[in-house]
Amino acid sequence: MQLNPWAVASVLVVGVVTVYLGRRMSRFASTTHDFLVARRTVRSRRNAAAISGEYISAASFLGVAGLVLKDGADALWYPIGFTAGFLALMIFVAAPLRRSGAYTLPDFLEARLGSPALRTVSTWFVVFIGVLYMLPQLQGAGLALTAITPAPAWIGSVGVMVVIALNVVSGGMRAITLVQAFQYWLKLFAIGVPTFLLCLVFLGGAGSGAAGSLGEQAPPEFTEETTVDIRTPVTLRVAETTLVTVVGEQEALWVPGREYPVSSGTELVFPSGSKVPVVSDGALENASWLRPTETSQDLLWTYSLMLATFLGTMGLPHVLVRFYTNPDGKAARRSTVQVLLLLGLFYLFPVLIGALSRLYVPKLLVTGRTDAAVLELPTAMLPGLLGQLVVAVTAAGAFAAFFSTCSGLLVSVAGVIATDLLGGRVRHFRFAAVAVAAVPAGIAVTLPIDDLSLSVGLSFALAASTFSPLLLLGIWWRGLTWVGAMAGMCVGGGLVLVAVGLNMLSRYTGGWAPWFVTQPALFTVTAAFVTTIVVSRGTARRVPDDVNAVMLRLHAPDPLGFMRDRAVARFGNVDDRERGRAKHRR
Amino acid sequence: MTDEVYRKIDGIREPDPTLGRSVPSRQQTSRPAIPIPSDGDPATLRARRQRVVLAEPSRSPGGLRARVELAQQTSWGELLISDLIKAQLRSGVLLAVLAAFVLGALPLAFYFSPTLATLRFIGLPVPWLLLGIAPFPFLLGVGLWYNRLAERHERDFVNMIEN
Repeated sequence: MQLNPWAVASVLVVGVVTVYLGRRMSRFASTTHDFLVARRTVRSRRNAAAISGEYISAASFLGVAGLVLKDGADALWYPIGFTAGFLALMIFVAAPLRRSGAYTLPDFLEARLGSPALRTVSTWFVVFIGVLYMLPQLQGAGLALTAITPAPAWIGSVGVMVVIALNVVSGGMRAITLVQAFQYWLKLFAIGVPTFLLCLVFLGGAGSGAAGSLGEQAPPEFTEETTVDIRTPVTLRVAETTLVTVVGEQEALWVPGREYPVSSGTELVFPSGSKVPVVSDGALENASWLRPTETSQDLLWTYSLMLATFLGTMGLPHVLVRFYTNPDGKAARRSTVQVLLLLGLFYLFPVLIGALSRLYVPKLLVTGRTDAAVLELPTAMLPGLLGQLVVAVTAAGAFAAFFSTCSGLLVSVAGVIATDLLGGRVRHFRFAAVAVAAVPAGIAVTLPIDDLSLSVGLSFALAASTFSPLLLLGIWWRGLTWVGAMAGMCVGGGLVLVAVGLNMLSRYTGGWAPWFVTQPALFTVTAAFVTTIVVSRGTARRVPDDVNAVMLRLHAPDPLGFMRDRAVARFGNVDDRERGRAKHRR
Repeated sequence: MTDEVYRKIDGIREPDPTLGRSVPSRQQTSRPAIPIPSDGDPATLRARRQRVVLAEPSRSPGGLRARVELAQQTSWGELLISDLIKAQLRSGVLLAVLAAFVLGALPLAFYFSPTLATLRFIGLPVPWLLLGIAPFPFLLGVGLWYNRLAERHERDFVNMIEN
């Protein structure tokens, strides 16, 4: 890909603004309280923007458009699930979780169930989910960088990690709250404006793109002789007999119903007018692309995805950690309602971009790099400088997505490690942040890029099968015991990990995995819930003695003043706070 | 609206001492004579005791008793709070089931009715409108509704305790 100087400049600007805002706010951060929960003073409107900014990750900004390009109507369930997750979070978790006064998810579990062992296990799950979720962000950064410059992908991953590590180390949650709120609006702008512009171009072009109209039954086709450079190994299928020239070898006829593995580094030439092949599981015909839920497998897969995203959102560490920053339970609920609005607004745009890219950049279907649709569509539709400028805007938004989600994850994982495994002081937090930043950066550089939303889908499934039963039952059911919680978490998490393993195995041995391996939530979440309830019933005498006091604290309305900050009990750092105030005034 | 109610019944919550700007001023106006203690644990204890201001003259003795019963976990207090939990859970489950039912019906509808899946409305495929746009206002509406219900339950509960 040739160099797009405008896009590089805009990405640099986003990076600089991110660091600048972070440094500015980090002047106010000095205590553990600042670093972990921003002093619990974030107002609901800013918090809503920050939650949305943090939540709209690479999977939302790039991945949704890519999935719509590939799978069509079935992919529309991702944005629905991502948004509906917040409804479940708001209804069942938001206010009680804030009132628990906890600092981190393991802290909440210990407050509720009083078991250090459970705390340790859940700490490791938080770390694991956090790292697993950070990977696609960093890989997305690499992919976005290769779409705008000839630079190698690892520079993008490492660059993003360095920028956010700087911010998080200097000011923790206090520093990143404003950054994330700003980045939500940046992302909305960066996807909204290009979408409007491209839709205008599309309507001006009398509704037909380079590859024909979407209403046609036929698959999209190449309008001119096209050379496609394959960079990651893919398996292709065709809908009609297609003449393909592999550069360096002789021509071949590809027939429907067979799968053609293509290794990386291959160049394929398609003659003008030939139909576009798609990567193995994509929708071949436009007709099936337009139609949701055709087979019973689709149906079950859709329900499984719904369950994973509805319940997974409440188990994501970086989402939960933002709820501790609200002043009280009522504010936590109110900011979630606003998140529903902000997310709904955002998700209208990637869907449109995905649909347009089916018309204009069908060659992405061949390379398997469908996630780059948001970045490649503008240049395909608008030649010349204008297209490059629009790419600069979308690239800025994409990098804002990597920055904000990664920094949220880094804060939550570093917070958990600092309070649970280290001493919980500021220097521990900083040390944990640097250590945690290094791990996913290293993995992202060494592992190949997959579909962003798929690995994100698995993180959702993991979060849904581990933490959502604990949160839901812990908040609303007195009978939960720590043994039951531990058993449920291990069963749910273990099953998802088995599915992840099988999935990777199947990817390297021919893609035989059925739907419940690629999206296992339907079974794993049920198993986790059933295990938790059954084991809790079996160990009913281990129900903590103070369950009523905890329930009162979780559910009593804020004005009664039962809410108590666990930080004071845990760290007792009145002097620490005083020092913080003194620094404040300076 | 809710804040007004709280203020009228003198239920202004004292936020935890770690809260931001507004706190120091309020502390100064209400308790100017208390010196800032220098040592760790007794200070937090005393601060905690200050926060539950039980001896305000304006509060009715009934409200005071209810609060104490809640805090001391008597059987009546327990009953009160479990009633609140049940009310919150009931409305929450009701709305969650509503949302899940509406959204969950969509895949079934498209699966069993191929005509619906290929219908068009002013040139746009109906499934794309139903999946790409319609769910978001719906989810927001359910969210707003739940927020109202939950705040009403909490307000009723506070009113009951205070009076």
